[in-house]
Amino acid sequence: MTRLPEFRAAKWDEPVVMEMGRPGGRGQHFPAPEPEVTEAVGAALIPAAMARQDRPELPEITEFEAQRHYLHLSQMTLGMMGVSLFGTCTMKYNSKTAEFATLRPELAEVHPYQHPDTLQGVLEIMHDFDGILRSLSGMDQFIFQAGGGADAAYTMACVARAYWQDRGMLGQRTEMVTSMQAHPCNPATAAAAGFKVVNLPLEENGYPSLEALKAAVSEKTALIMINNPDDMGIYNPEIKEWVKAAKEVGALCFYDHANFNGVMGKLSARELGFDACMFMLHKTFGAPKAGGGPAVGAFGCTDDLAAYLPTPVVVKSGGRYLLDEDRPKSAGKVREFWGNVPQVVKAYAWARAMGAEGIQLGSDISVVANNYMDKRLGEIPGLARSNPQVGQHRMEMTRWSLGPLAEETGVGTVDFANRMADYGIDPWWMSHEPWIVAEPFTPEAGELWSKEDIDLWIDVVAKICEEARSDPDMVKSAPHNQPIAQVKGDAFEDPAKWAMTWRAWKRKRAGSDAARGAA
Amino acid sequence: MKIGLVVNPVAGLGGAVGLKGTDGPDTVAEALRRGAVARSGARARRAMARLADRVPGTAVVTAPGALGADWLAGLDLSVEVRETGGASGTARDTREAVAAMADCDLVVFAGGDGTARDVAGRLPERAALLGIPCGVKMHSGVFAVSPDAAGALLADIVAAPDRVAWDPEAEVMDIDEPVLRAGRLAPRLYGHARTPLARGRIQASKGGPRKDWGAELRGAADEVARGMEPGTLYVIGPGTSAGAVARALGLTPTVLGTDAIRDGALVAQDARASDLERLAGDGPVRIVLGVTGQQGFLLGRGNQQIAPALIRRAGREGLIVLATEDKLAALAQPRLWVDTGDPDLDRELCGFLRVRTGRGREMVMRVATS
Amino acid sequence: MASQMRAHPWMANSAPGVLEAMLAEIGAKSVAEVFEQVPQDHFRKAPLDLPPALTSEVELRRDLVTKLKKNQDCEANLSFLGAGVWQHHVPAIVDEIVGRTEFATNVWGSYQSDHGRNQAWFEFSSQLGALLNLDVVQLPVYSWGCAIGHAMRMSARMTGRAKVLVPALSDPERLSVIRTYCQPREMEGAIEVVTVAADPTSGRLDIGDLKAKLGDDVAAVYFENPAYLGTIETGAAEIARLARADGAETIVGVDPASLGVLTAPGDYGADIVTGPVQPLGVHMHCGGGAGGFIASRDEERYVRAYNGFLVSVVETQEPGQLGFGLACAHQNSYGMRENGNDWTGNSTYLWAIAGAVYMSLLGPEGFRELGTLIVSRARYAAKLLGEVPGVRVVWPDTTFKEFVVNFDGTGKTVAEVNDALRAKGIFGGKDISGEDNGLGQSALYCVTEIHTAADIRRLADTLREVL
Repeated sequence: MTRLPEFRAAKWDEPVVMEMGRPGGRGQHFPAPEPEVTEAVGAALIPAAMARQDRPELPEITEFEAQRHYLHLSQMTLGMMGVSLFGTCTMKYNSKTAEFATLRPELAEVHPYQHPDTLQGVLEIMHDFDGILRSLSGMDQFIFQAGGGADAAYTMACVARAYWQDRGMLGQRTEMVTSMQAHPCNPATAAAAGFKVVNLPLEENGYPSLEALKAAVSEKTALIMINNPDDMGIYNPEIKEWVKAAKEVGALCFYDHANFNGVMGKLSARELGFDACMFMLHKTFGAPKAGGGPAVGAFGCTDDLAAYLPTPVVVKSGGRYLLDEDRPKSAGKVREFWGNVPQVVKAYAWARAMGAEGIQLGSDISVVANNYMDKRLGEIPGLARSNPQVGQHRMEMTRWSLGPLAEETGVGTVDFANRMADYGIDPWWMSHEPWIVAEPFTPEAGELWSKEDIDLWIDVVAKICEEARSDPDMVKSAPHNQPIAQVKGDAFEDPAKWAMTWRAWKRKRAGSDAARGAA
Repeated sequence: MKIGLVVNPVAGLGGAVGLKGTDGPDTVAEALRRGAVARSGARARRAMARLADRVPGTAVVTAPGALGADWLAGLDLSVEVRETGGASGTARDTREAVAAMADCDLVVFAGGDGTARDVAGRLPERAALLGIPCGVKMHSGVFAVSPDAAGALLADIVAAPDRVAWDPEAEVMDIDEPVLRAGRLAPRLYGHARTPLARGRIQASKGGPRKDWGAELRGAADEVARGMEPGTLYVIGPGTSAGAVARALGLTPTVLGTDAIRDGALVAQDARASDLERLAGDGPVRIVLGVTGQQGFLLGRGNQQIAPALIRRAGREGLIVLATEDKLAALAQPRLWVDTGDPDLDRELCGFLRVRTGRGREMVMRVATS
Repeated sequence: MASQMRAHPWMANSAPGVLEAMLAEIGAKSVAEVFEQVPQDHFRKAPLDLPPALTSEVELRRDLVTKLKKNQDCEANLSFLGAGVWQHHVPAIVDEIVGRTEFATNVWGSYQSDHGRNQAWFEFSSQLGALLNLDVVQLPVYSWGCAIGHAMRMSARMTGRAKVLVPALSDPERLSVIRTYCQPREMEGAIEVVTVAADPTSGRLDIGDLKAKLGDDVAAVYFENPAYLGTIETGAAEIARLARADGAETIVGVDPASLGVLTAPGDYGADIVTGPVQPLGVHMHCGGGAGGFIASRDEERYVRAYNGFLVSVVETQEPGQLGFGLACAHQNSYGMRENGNDWTGNSTYLWAIAGAVYMSLLGPEGFRELGTLIVSRARYAAKLLGEVPGVRVVWPDTTFKEFVVNFDGTGKTVAEVNDALRAKGIFGGKDISGEDNGLGQSALYCVTEIHTAADIRRLADTLREVL
């Protein structure tokens, strides 16, 4: 085992910003209106009924204090600057070259309603990137309006709605069929779009059977939404037959390509028969996810569905790039404007920097590294691989279980996540709902992390397994080297205690102090 | 959380020597004569040893001798032995031991379905039940998967309660003797008990309410109620899931028995097979069913009142099944089992069936026969 | 394949021999072996057709910058575009903080390891709550339109009703999103979107029409303050009172940049408040700066109806220490799949951090100065433009930062006017003449703190010149 680093997270005991500052303190001035302005329009311009009387209770701090405070907060954020093998999210290097390019005024200070003549550069990049995604998927048109993977799934549900409405069959095609292990966003967005959700459970092979799918689809099925491989790392080898069966009843087929990293450059959604697919640019394509967006779910589809896409669509005509808003069959917008454009530019940069060869090598490395990890994790007593009957090599990630260790020691996956942070290792991803293996965790190495990083990560897991046996209470009370101790989670579900703002916190604390005082 | 332990020292004796159960002193004697060795005490000890390893010094209330205390000797537990009426070698021992545990919040027993039924019958109000699996037949939903798992679950209940989920209404079932004598295994539903489950779902926050699965069930039931066709007889099977459909109509179901509804009115309560047959007449029939916890039985466990002839009349298309996603995800296998007593019918029912899991939500489950 | 390539700067395991070493460790003879689950006939047949790789930073940067420089931006030009994305000043500290790699990271984060990020999130909600005078603020969703859509769905869940009222003079961009969220009527759970007329003299909501359309089937009344076309809604308290009388929720959309001078919506009866995050320190980013917040009073029935991430401050195991985590996490789609409230996923949480820094820099006085400056200069602009021959400001004295300029009297279309302005380095207001508003050839102009009095005079002078 390699020697584990002695990690100590920064701990600044940083107050909440609402408690900082002093009356009258300033962090930013604005000039007074010019004399000619005041002279022309006067003061008291807000109608009396709407003029604010109270002073908002905001902090009054200097510019430096704001900088120092938020720098301290960033220093108390690990943010994958250790080793993060956070499965289902595919950790990547986020290029600063691309980041800095997007911060230039030529993009940061650009308005989406500018005349297209003034937007040719950004439209060219979006058009070129559309071409790259078309080649990777075989689809005919991509759009970038969706603000994340879930929003792209929602886009699919909305496009399906428009498709069936155009055929006068919206009241008949009422059902969306998916797997119990599909990402929650698939059933959730279909339900939010008004479809009935038909789930398929996993069977012994680790994926829903083709027979189950055939039993589920009918003339009521509007669409199926499916990912492949799944988060267990299992690839459904019957996927072509799935698509065929769904199409035989006329249903649309959507490929949630969230787990694209292991198959990029190797599979084409179109060749497998799908009508539409989605790529997560903030994941597979190297744009930063930023703790939860701005993100992009790039949605692509065949020409048959393109008429129903939300507008605008970037098109090239006579050597010029345009925004096509005139699409009468469009499903309507899922979000204002044309997407998180800087993230599209960063994804374009990633694809260009990798190139076709790099992308294919990236998927090779991802799958080989995961199998290397599987081998080493399998040697640690107390861990179990999910779906043990599936003996083949898994894809780019594998669902594991701490079940045996947890039964033996009482230390579970949440405890491990807490303790990992003490070693400067980002906590692992456990599992989406529902948990179908006990105490799950789901590592994914991707192409970023070195073999040495992976070895360190596994060594930390092995070390915590030892600790679980020798000192379970220490593991269960982790973290110990982080800025704060474990939080008291009971407040999160208690209306008398939760506090989503400082206002609420002060009110509830005053209430409980008063109650204590009275008692 | 005060834990009580009762061991049925003769549970499971019959299994190894070809007897179908161990109910009653004569069977016990016969089993012993055939050379059976009692296993339940040792299995109880395995479970309690895991608890002692994980949480030393845990307080446990138990009964004297082979009913409990013997199996805890030497374990690092704080054991309090309650005197009971003495060992008669019959089910009375179990019942008396549990009666002495009125202050316990959780009664753990080592036994099978018969023991579960005996314990449930004397269970203190609001107390929960957990079975260490030792019986020949275990159809109730109150058993851990192994003695080790039972011990780990107990340790979690004491030391890490946020890791434990609770099934508020696990089925307590026992073999229906007359049917068994006719050569068929057909446990009857005797009641429900609160039972702990190993955590299957994420709990980002500790404590507090989880998703209200009851609301999902009510949504599904409401949808069924709204879709009811005039003139059709809706047979409502036992259990709260099926009963939710009656409740959606403002009716009160017989939770342990079978009811029937036609045109929005209750036309039979706690009905027998013959009642249902008579009510069905030549008219259309649909059957509303739940699924037994962990085991996944649809027909033939606790709902034998719904006889093959009636099921055949309804057909697979006529089965309306309600279960929450939670319950389906927790099944030991992704299957719904049928055992109607008519092998041909069982085979006809095999295939896929849509289970209603909420309003506008379904799960397609494979139906199989054992 | 790997042997042909130099090790890639972004892939450690592309260095010579590493892949082979891992294969040897797992006992696989080739890379193909680890893909054994994928049937041979699933592998793509069409070769990848991608532009040449730019693996060197020097080439990549050149490509990006060369292309982006083909844009014309609002710094080199003088822009009066708004309508959902507005050009505001972004303090340098905000750019520094949101650019910190710990925040602009690839990772989603956890409460164990990313305490600072969680605190910044809580500080966003806390400061915005202070501007709104509301106790619950959710982390932002994709956009303002999406926030309104979720708020309407919240109100439908809470009231069990299926109709919402919106102003006839709504932003078509946001309205399109709202209609998407409310679904076509054939769908289960569709919400009917009914428009309420505007008072033609003021642009404000027509109270008579509102009364006529309110009823016990209405889940919510939605209005904006200031409205899409810039007007300040002085009847806000009356609208909220009328809605409440019929058991409907009042949903308001507000511009946070106005809240130093406009009454907090929590003080005039708003139940659920939405708004854009972009004015709080986020660049326009060609529309990629969009984000939308949702806020409400701290009543359980509201809190239980939220769709996304609510960050709560809590005590930790160490006495006196505070930490942060997600409250009511089980009610979203991560916790409950299709049984959660709507859905959630990656959103625009980096902009919550931008907003936190921005609001802490401004403080109460900064917001007051900002609001005063914007409304003063916008009115000045309206006044000067109104003096240009043929040009009419539609509602001159009722607006905050945006206002409608009508060109009917010039004989020119807005498109023609804007083409002429663009030739002079000015981006005129958004052309709203194609929108169904009865306002003829009109444009929506936006003036903020970045426009000086001299900029405004330049606009007016240039207009005189080109008309």
